[in-house]
Amino acid sequence: MTQAATDPQSASPGGAALADRIAERLGEMVFARTDANPRRTWLSVRPERVREAVRVLWEEFDGRMATASGIDVRDGIEVQYHFSFDRANLVVTLRVLAARPETELDSVGQDLPAANWIEREMHDLLGVRFRGHPDMRRLILSDDWPEGVYPLRRDYDNANERRGPSGAMPPDEAQG
Amino acid sequence: MVKRAMIAIGPFHPLQEEAEFFQLYVEGETVVDMDVRISYNHRGIEQLSTQKTFDQVPFVVERVCGICSASHPLAYIRAVEDICGCTVPERAEYLRTIVKELERIHSHMLWLGLAGHFIGYNTVWMWVWKYREPVLETLERATGSRIHYANAKIGGVRRDMDDEALRAIDKAMDDLRGPMEMLTNAVLDDPVIHARLKDVGILTLEDARKWCVTGPTARGSGWAIDARADDPYGAYDRVQWQVRTRPEGDVFAKTVVRCLETLDALDIIKQCVRDMPGGPIDAGVEHVPAGEGCGRVEAPRGEAFHYVRSDGSNKPVRHKIRAPSYVNVPSFKASCIGQHIADVTITLASVDPCYSCTERFATARDATTGRHVMTFADMVRMSQERTRALQKEMGVEPLKLE
Amino acid sequence: MSWKTWALKKSLWVYHVNAGACNNCDIEVLELLTPAFDVERFGIKLVGSPRHADALLVTGICTRQAKPRLQEVYLQTAKPCVVLCIGSCAISQGIFRHGYHAACCVDEAVREVDPEAIIAYVPGCPPKPEAMIMAVVKALGTL
Repeated sequence: MTQAATDPQSASPGGAALADRIAERLGEMVFARTDANPRRTWLSVRPERVREAVRVLWEEFDGRMATASGIDVRDGIEVQYHFSFDRANLVVTLRVLAARPETELDSVGQDLPAANWIEREMHDLLGVRFRGHPDMRRLILSDDWPEGVYPLRRDYDNANERRGPSGAMPPDEAQG
Repeated sequence: MVKRAMIAIGPFHPLQEEAEFFQLYVEGETVVDMDVRISYNHRGIEQLSTQKTFDQVPFVVERVCGICSASHPLAYIRAVEDICGCTVPERAEYLRTIVKELERIHSHMLWLGLAGHFIGYNTVWMWVWKYREPVLETLERATGSRIHYANAKIGGVRRDMDDEALRAIDKAMDDLRGPMEMLTNAVLDDPVIHARLKDVGILTLEDARKWCVTGPTARGSGWAIDARADDPYGAYDRVQWQVRTRPEGDVFAKTVVRCLETLDALDIIKQCVRDMPGGPIDAGVEHVPAGEGCGRVEAPRGEAFHYVRSDGSNKPVRHKIRAPSYVNVPSFKASCIGQHIADVTITLASVDPCYSCTERFATARDATTGRHVMTFADMVRMSQERTRALQKEMGVEPLKLE
Repeated sequence: MSWKTWALKKSLWVYHVNAGACNNCDIEVLELLTPAFDVERFGIKLVGSPRHADALLVTGICTRQAKPRLQEVYLQTAKPCVVLCIGSCAISQGIFRHGYHAACCVDEAVREVDPEAIIAYVPGCPPKPEAMIMAVVKALGTL
């Protein structure tokens, strides 16, 4: 398979060089950078610029969003968008903090369909609110899971929710 | 005005191994929209990981999915090895590759059988699964279990394979080649299968990129991504193989990709056995330092992507698991729209959804009355009837298998 | 033995239910139908509706979302029926026992709606297909 001369991923050899070009292009959207190794780069992005940063990675650099992950840290929920640049063997992760107490971010799923589900999941499990998400319905937790209880938060105690209320199936659900 | 109705599939029904709830909105006999509800299989594995030591996690994670049972542990292990920066011994890489490719073979054959059933070729189902059985026996010979192999560990593999085991694996691959080629040719040459699968469930390259799909779902749309080539692990950069793609994006394209990958896997395994180096099988990693890493492998369904964060203690602080089906299934929104109902079952099956990895659920209802209109069993039957009608129309004999 | 039980023992129709499983036990259940094991020669048949079933093959940990649906399927199944808990997850929730989404064991869920339910346990992760066949034979022997 031949690669076009304007192919953003092949224009420079190797992942490290591509990571440099991406960081340079994002400019002041990024305030910190970690290169764990030539194949893995973490860029800390200002929350108000995350939507723009994702669009740059996806549209300008042909990145493929592998997934997103959230982790409960002291100051809020740290959301990471992992982008793979397959031909350069590089994963660039955009790290953005949804600060407490609101734990809110602009939704990337409103631009990139691939982020739709994972933002719903992070909302279910970590309580991050994604502004502008086209479809913020419950995804991964049961219908009867209590609101406001986020299992992946550090202060979650799973003794209470396990059993759940037993009950009949919702009346509007069809049988297979 | 054509009535808009929703088709119910689920929650439990035959031949869907997991509970799935798809909501298909149809007007007449054409699908106009779809939605999916998941949750039935959600077992909270990411939280469980943080309660296990680094070395215990692979045993949990291989139970994310029984079919991709070697993929998820290896992706997790690669993420941790990313943090450690260790070098895996060469023999261990070859042993890992053998198990991964055996997994690919058994998974693709499983899919081929089920796909055959959905379009009414039950003979294909029975024959493929008959030849799949020796693959599971080979895996048991090689790792001790038909599924859930527990073969990889951080820094290497847990168990070696002796020369006798390697010879048995080599022979099993030789024995499988003939039947697999026969099945591939029979399926790919059959004019009725062409009529049922070509131009059905098309996922364009543009949509594939928007939904960031992976695996045969992506490669069947002409997108040449494969974690074995893009982020090499195991022995993939030391043996001869190629990334298989087809440009059409329909179900037939994905079928071709899977059949060719199965035949490739036979070759990869034989090369690994032939070139198996000596030496240690374990780098002896004793401690995982603080840090974070990403690991990915090419599971049969696509890229399994794991992220791990460590704080230097003996348990992961965070373990994110992203199965390939999680990104492939939402692409139904693009590939199912405009399809005839009879083609939906094979379109849904074409991404080879592994619901345990992701868990989904779908139903359908009449939009005006809210009444149940059609079950999944009805749709499978419609699909099978369509095949019979085509066979009659084309005057073609049923598929011949030797 | 009543004629109903006699008929049941001659040919067991089973309905498979996944209540939150990794798919491994489910695939091994399907293996039973394929030429290597071919349980149809014993009269065991996989049916498409619980209303036709004599036995429920239940896999999985019984998640919160699946629990009410599992109970509904059990109630729909024609009686008498045997519930076969296939695998460690169905018996005890296995390694997922402490998960936040693991509601209760399959037998507890079924006994909530029918305290007299006949339940058999097939241990393993997954149980080998031969073990599943033996379990069905043993369960029939108790009727």
